[in-house]
Amino acid sequence: MNNNNSVRPKLLIENLSKSYWVNNDELKALQDINLTILNGEFVAIVGSSGCGKSTLLKIIAGLENGYKGTVLLGNEKISGPGLDRGMVFQEHRLLPWLTVEKNITFGIKDKKSKVTATTVSEHLDLVGLSGFANAYPFQLSGGMAQRVSIARALVNQPELLLFDEPFGSLDALTKIQMQKEVLRIWEAEKTTMILVTHDIDEAIFLGDRVVVMSSRPGTIRKIIPIDLLRPRDRSSYEFTQIRKAIYHEFFTEAEEPFSYAI
Amino acid sequence: MAYSNIRYTEKVKHFTQYFGLLALLLLVWEALSRLGVIQPIILPPPSQIALVFYDLLKNGSLLKHIGISVLRVLEGFGIAAVLGLTLGMGIGLSQNLARMSDLIIQVIKPIPPIAWIPLAILWFGIGEQSKVFIIFLGAFFPVIINTIDGIRQTDHKLVEVARILEVSKSRFILEVVIPGAFPSIMTGLRVGLMVAWMCVVAAELIAASGGVGYLIMDARQLSQSDVVLVGMITIGIIGKLMDSIISWIEKKVITWKPVFIGV
Repeated sequence: MNNNNSVRPKLLIENLSKSYWVNNDELKALQDINLTILNGEFVAIVGSSGCGKSTLLKIIAGLENGYKGTVLLGNEKISGPGLDRGMVFQEHRLLPWLTVEKNITFGIKDKKSKVTATTVSEHLDLVGLSGFANAYPFQLSGGMAQRVSIARALVNQPELLLFDEPFGSLDALTKIQMQKEVLRIWEAEKTTMILVTHDIDEAIFLGDRVVVMSSRPGTIRKIIPIDLLRPRDRSSYEFTQIRKAIYHEFFTEAEEPFSYAI
Repeated sequence: MAYSNIRYTEKVKHFTQYFGLLALLLLVWEALSRLGVIQPIILPPPSQIALVFYDLLKNGSLLKHIGISVLRVLEGFGIAAVLGLTLGMGIGLSQNLARMSDLIIQVIKPIPPIAWIPLAILWFGIGEQSKVFIIFLGAFFPVIINTIDGIRQTDHKLVEVARILEVSKSRFILEVVIPGAFPSIMTGLRVGLMVAWMCVVAAELIAASGGVGYLIMDARQLSQSDVVLVGMITIGIIGKLMDSIISWIEKKVITWKPVFIGV
């Protein structure tokens, strides 16, 4: 299900490099990243930890400055955060002292706008948490809290939704549940989504394309289109073949680990 | 039935744990006094202290002294709380203010309030003002330092969230920084109130004619060690009550997190 009807690029990354300086030594986090993401596309980025995939996401979010190269959202250069981009982090990052409802309205710039009440309940419905408007974050399970943070990111109706290893700290069953939810939301909202993960299955299950990154310095090793119909069957032949191909990008034949599926 | 039984025995257990050690201490103390091991002139027995306590309560003089001291503490602490919170928030939020004020705060903080008495008398005379000033000095530093610390410990992860959502500076301060600093601020207020109350004796060294500190100093000159102890115990009990009030308020305000009650 490629979005061939809307091929306008949403995000254009050209020759992007980013370095950190640690004790006068240059540490190359990203080198020569080129990536074009289309409107409505779901792109998954996989890589081992330290490959710069989170740095890439933070640059797109506008949280990291001082990069070399071009990063264009629509036609505008990204130079800081903006409401046109939403972000879901690995931790839910909800404000512990605000209720679920207040946490979601925290993302609404003008609180006097009359969309608030309906928008919030709509988004609570969307993430399947209708009855929890007045709960505090500490009363929620990890998966529920992450749903709230997705609702918070969506409530501004961003053009681009960024996920930074969003289900990394959830148990395997909740994780699969959440992946299905994200897919459902993506199909309903048609938001362009970029997901950074170290879970190959998750990337294949969700992405229109899977970007494979390698570490030190972080570069794009390969971009693999996933031409499978959704919802995807993780145990289908095609799925396992793609999984195998991506494993081969990370591990040589000799040290290839046991095929594992969550 | 069984459930309420368990709850009842639990309550008895908690009550015993809470008061048991103190009761035992008082019993041993009383017994040693009666056996003549402890001289009443050195340390009067609890029963004698209780009698003096009752007498002072009955003739109203103890309540009068308490009233005078509590008023002084509330004045000194009130000023310290207002100044400590506002300055602490300013310093916590501004790097420049922090650099400008750090050295002054760090140098003045270790000076005990009692050392300020000569200056306090020169500046404010021997009336109420100098006493309130001494109490203010005691309470001010715990409040300001805990306020600064609380603000500085704002979670960087929440700062990123606020940046992504383009939350305005004022809302960021009101909805992220201050609620996050609140537990630390409450700790500062609790410690500040405790120190303020501890400073009441020092403050009432300055030509006082009333107050619990005065009661102790006056009794000392008359060698009435039982009255001294009544004054000391009064300070202890009222300090405990004040702390209970603040921690009760804290529990009412911070409803958004579970409390750790020990392993």
